[in-house]
Amino acid sequence: MLFGQRLILALLLLCVAPAWAELQIEINQGVENPTPIAVVPFAWQGVGSAPEDVAQIVDSDLARSGQFSPVSRRDMLSYPTRESELFFRDWRAISAEYVLIGRVSVGSQARIDFQLFDTTRQEAVQSGTVTGPVTELRMLAHGVADSVYETLTGIPGAFATRLLYVSVTRNPEGKDFYRLTLADADGRRPIVLLEGRDPILSPSWSPDGSEVAYVSFETSRPAIYRQNLRTGAREQLTNFKGLNNSPAWSPDGNTMALVLSKDGNPDIYLLNLTSRALTRLTRHFAIDTEPTWMPDGKSLLFTSDRGGRPQIYQYDLRTQKIERVTFQGPYNARARVAQDGRNVALVHQRDGRYHIAVFDLVTDRLTVLTETSLDESPSIAPNGSIVLYATKRGENSILGAVAVDGGVRFSLPAREGSVQEPAWSPYVTP
Amino acid sequence: MKNVTLYGKWLGLVFAALFLAACSSNDTKEADAAAVTAAEQAAQEAAAREAEQQARAEAQRALEVAAADVGTIFYFGFDSSLLTDESRAQVDAHITALLGNNDSVRLEGHTDERGTREYNLALGERRANAVRDYMVANGVPSYRIETISYGEENPVAYGSGETNWQQNRRVELK
Repeated sequence: MLFGQRLILALLLLCVAPAWAELQIEINQGVENPTPIAVVPFAWQGVGSAPEDVAQIVDSDLARSGQFSPVSRRDMLSYPTRESELFFRDWRAISAEYVLIGRVSVGSQARIDFQLFDTTRQEAVQSGTVTGPVTELRMLAHGVADSVYETLTGIPGAFATRLLYVSVTRNPEGKDFYRLTLADADGRRPIVLLEGRDPILSPSWSPDGSEVAYVSFETSRPAIYRQNLRTGAREQLTNFKGLNNSPAWSPDGNTMALVLSKDGNPDIYLLNLTSRALTRLTRHFAIDTEPTWMPDGKSLLFTSDRGGRPQIYQYDLRTQKIERVTFQGPYNARARVAQDGRNVALVHQRDGRYHIAVFDLVTDRLTVLTETSLDESPSIAPNGSIVLYATKRGENSILGAVAVDGGVRFSLPAREGSVQEPAWSPYVTP
Repeated sequence: MKNVTLYGKWLGLVFAALFLAACSSNDTKEADAAAVTAAEQAAQEAAAREAEQQARAEAQRALEVAAADVGTIFYFGFDSSLLTDESRAQVDAHITALLGNNDSVRLEGHTDERGTREYNLALGERRANAVRDYMVANGVPSYRIETISYGEENPVAYGSGETNWQQNRRVELK
């Protein structure tokens, strides 16, 4: 609204429309022997036609994980929706190791009942129910995928989550056009939160997933904003002279770490979100930037070139001591810590190329995950299994995803223009 | 020195005026002649002043044209915020122009796409500050200079590779 920038209210309830996606998903590499699973079309027990193909959503989620090879519907001999209709021989005949069936009903709430069967042992391995707002049927379907994924892999799924990203439409004649977008983790249901001709940077999530923070240049200078996703309420948090960037919410949601250069050069500060008190953490003539919290909230990792080249350092809030964390190679920057407090995704430079790597805080082992050369902005899924990042393809930036163990890779190019700075949401209740 | 000369001239004018005022009641040819001379002198001096001002404005315009001619984009080396000899020569031309006017400038720091976005914001700021510090050291008051960093946003060249990157590592004067 101000300065020609349009602020879009994120009324999530409006999203009943068909789930259009701005991002496309291309699976580049899965695990060697993905588990064959049949996700049978779910029964619709409502009026009219089903608003969403729930089974298809679950199917796509499992396929995208790279760990499953869903059986095509065309190959299914029957479409059972209840245990009594299920004949294991039909599924063994088409080599499906698991079969998922289910029923969808919609009243004041949407409800999905599902059952997972092992065709070899010929028994049910899981049955469950998810309920939630009717408008969030897609999210509930992702929740079913999360449950099935956890049952079969032992790791919680991260399908029922969201992404924030910045997309940029190039304009060689003038200024580029920026959009801050919120979408489901499968790229569907994109909602533009903010758009305009001034740069938008550093999107990040509040720990409960209800708010986002970012940097906007809409006043012709960088300033940090927070925005409530439910109400659309928006507030400028900082507008100091110089840099205002890298907002990072503390795990308890009360404090925001950020970077300001108002006192001469970039340093890390903490902003108390209640009292608005500002505390300076680092005092160094070097560049200190890209703060990120350890999950226990007791220390932060940040990037500093105080040693000559950018490396990751750790600031202990209790002792106020700073220790260097990474020593591998000439450049390690922009750390993001997994919920286990152990795996750190970062940007690592090797032979002049910038890759995404995972650094193990316990063993000090650094593993390079990507082969592309201009990778940046890693963001870890809340289940710690996948790193989402931005990379370059031609003149555009696209999103890439790689499993922390390197096994699975997929790309999420935008249908048009560039997409950058992905931020994976924490777990959110639909 | 300039101020003293100017003051002297003003003083001369005031005396001339006083003299004229004093003489107006004395209806003598001598006084009339003196008044005419004084008026002529004042007119001449005013013309000279105007000419001098005009010359100075023209000289300043020439300096500003020269500054514009060297360009308003200063390029940097990879991961460096040091002014190159070429950039310094360009900035020198702008400093000379700025010392003769009261313009305010905005220095926008940019980087190439390599490295992380937030680190690049800091690097872009270092570059803008390097130009600002050089200007301030050479007499341009700091309150007339605003710096801002865009990091790797708003590139001039979109592709990858050194040909594109070198066009993007820059400070733009606006």
